[in-house]
Amino acid sequence: MSRIAKRFAQLKADRRAGLVTYITAGDPDTDIGYQILKGLPGAGADLIELGMPFTDPMADGPSIQLAGQRALKAGISIDKTFDMVRRFRKETGDNDTPILLMGYYNLVYQRGADKFCKDAAAAGIDGFILVDLPPEEADELKPFAVANGLDTVLLTAPTTDDKRLPAVLKYSSGFVYFVSVLGITGTSSATEEAVRTHVERIKRHTQLPVGVGFGIRTPDQAAAVARHADAAVVGSAIVERVKAGLDDNGKPKPDLVPGVFAYIRALADGVRGVRKG
Amino acid sequence: MATSLNSFRTGPDERGHFGIFGGRYVAETLMPLILELEAAYNTAKADPAFQDELDYLLEHYAGRPSPLYFAKRLTEKLGGAKIYLKRDELNHTGSHKINNVLGQVLMAKRMGKTRVIAETGAGQHGVATATACALFDIPCVVFMGSVDVERQSPNVFRMKMLGAEVRPVTAGSSTLKDAMNEALRDWVATCENTFYCIGTVAGPHPYPAMVRDFQCVIGNETREQMIKAEGRLPDTLVACIGGGSNAMGLFHPFLDDPGVRIVGVEAAGHGIESGEHAASLTGGRPGVLHGNRTYLLQDKEGQITEAHSISAGLDYPGIGPEHSWLKENGRVEYVSATDDEALEAFQLLCKLEGIIPALESSHALAHVMRLAPTLPKDNLLVMNLSGRGDKDVPQVAARMGMKIES
Repeated sequence: MSRIAKRFAQLKADRRAGLVTYITAGDPDTDIGYQILKGLPGAGADLIELGMPFTDPMADGPSIQLAGQRALKAGISIDKTFDMVRRFRKETGDNDTPILLMGYYNLVYQRGADKFCKDAAAAGIDGFILVDLPPEEADELKPFAVANGLDTVLLTAPTTDDKRLPAVLKYSSGFVYFVSVLGITGTSSATEEAVRTHVERIKRHTQLPVGVGFGIRTPDQAAAVARHADAAVVGSAIVERVKAGLDDNGKPKPDLVPGVFAYIRALADGVRGVRKG
Repeated sequence: MATSLNSFRTGPDERGHFGIFGGRYVAETLMPLILELEAAYNTAKADPAFQDELDYLLEHYAGRPSPLYFAKRLTEKLGGAKIYLKRDELNHTGSHKINNVLGQVLMAKRMGKTRVIAETGAGQHGVATATACALFDIPCVVFMGSVDVERQSPNVFRMKMLGAEVRPVTAGSSTLKDAMNEALRDWVATCENTFYCIGTVAGPHPYPAMVRDFQCVIGNETREQMIKAEGRLPDTLVACIGGGSNAMGLFHPFLDDPGVRIVGVEAAGHGIESGEHAASLTGGRPGVLHGNRTYLLQDKEGQITEAHSISAGLDYPGIGPEHSWLKENGRVEYVSATDDEALEAFQLLCKLEGIIPALESSHALAHVMRLAPTLPKDNLLVMNLSGRGDKDVPQVAARMGMKIES
């Protein structure tokens, strides 16, 4: 059983939904980025998405674009991202919290899908969410992910109809990520009713847990998603807290890391306040 | 190698791949829309009424066929191959871009889309899209890098006059690739009512094939016109390449004629060795960006690096995937020309033939200036004069240290 599967099984036993927190690796710099990563489980994150900054993030809104630019400017790389995860596993002794890499396929392709999967697994990473690798192209990664025990979390969207869903699910493992709105990250939010309808629809096709993301900013919104889905994913709103912790010159203020954790704690309270049948 | 294939014209396969290139690397939200477009395009292709309407517009609205003009003075000056210019700069809106846009806007109409978006570099594709949208009364938004808005201001004004909204893009290098990122971001939020009119033979399948098909009118006409003028096929074809749509339009109908030598010219900017260029095939390697696998300018890890060219239309770190395939199988030669060489060519054509070429097309001409003198006088060379240079006059004047009174 993968770390992701185990974590969702535990959440189910605890009769609650999970909180998935996205941060951009190395934002605002490698040191503080690591401090944030290290503290996420303590602040209430059940799963961690670690964004791999890319120069051309076509599916991301301004918040995550800027986070990527900050991290790239501060010198983040794939090797450093792997190091960060390796250090997290070693220093915290946390061998349960799943860490997924999220980003764009070119960075995987340039390292070679085989080598990328080997290195990622060796570092203690559990899976991928690759925005621009739909089922039509997923064959070039999937065998290497499977061989290295990595989950591949594919995205489903409101435009993914019942006819297409099985193709997406065929390549999905760990959980299914439902992108709840048409659009880029960090913009509009779906209604609770829309989330409920889509999650029910997806669950008619699969036993996998369903995580819902895009547009979740408040503990109330996180709670609303938690009532219907197995996990709520928050990204843009978290990296905006990182940005808020920088001064006018882009230097981190002392309250940056505590500010991020306080926000995540509030989200976690929202999610944990929902009891599931 | 080149000889092992029966045909170079059968691609892409059903998954949109040209060898390892092409494909559909897009967000899931867009996938169903791209599949819908592919199905709609296959139906349209088989529908004579669609082709009739497009042919009518190409002839009576865009002004096709464009002439195949024997450039006598240029030929004499270079002292080698007999040079013909395919005059696509004479099309309505001043470039080859209208060929593709008319086809795509007809597709938008067919699919019931009520809004069109486009990206543009030099502004030629933006102007063509704004034009077709005015004609068909469809709201149009054009994304353009803020650097390009600055250096191609005449085209920005034209788009606005035609009723389009121009959205300057300040992300990244603020040029064509960033305009394409922003167009994709808009599309993912608006895909239910919006048609994305891509300006070149790139992007996810079916765009590279569809845009190529719409541009093939260039090569098909050239073939007919050359047979009429000289009684045989041309020996050499030359075209400039940014994304590569004008080149693909000229080249594709000749790919299976082994006697035709085909040369694509990329933008070498300050020189390939300077690192400041836009020559993806010469200076890049395969990667995945903007929905397809193709040659890209990128660093070791796969971060996309900034392209440089004096020509906004060539200032792109990628290239259409079919060009990448044609490079690897050897059917087409790919070379490059620098900013300075293009400027020299620009001035030469003005003086010798009374034609102001676009800076993009001037790159093709720069290579013709090198190549033609090495060829025999009976070598029939066709260069695609893909755009006119009126839009570039302010920039060239500044570069030459001249002031234009405004």
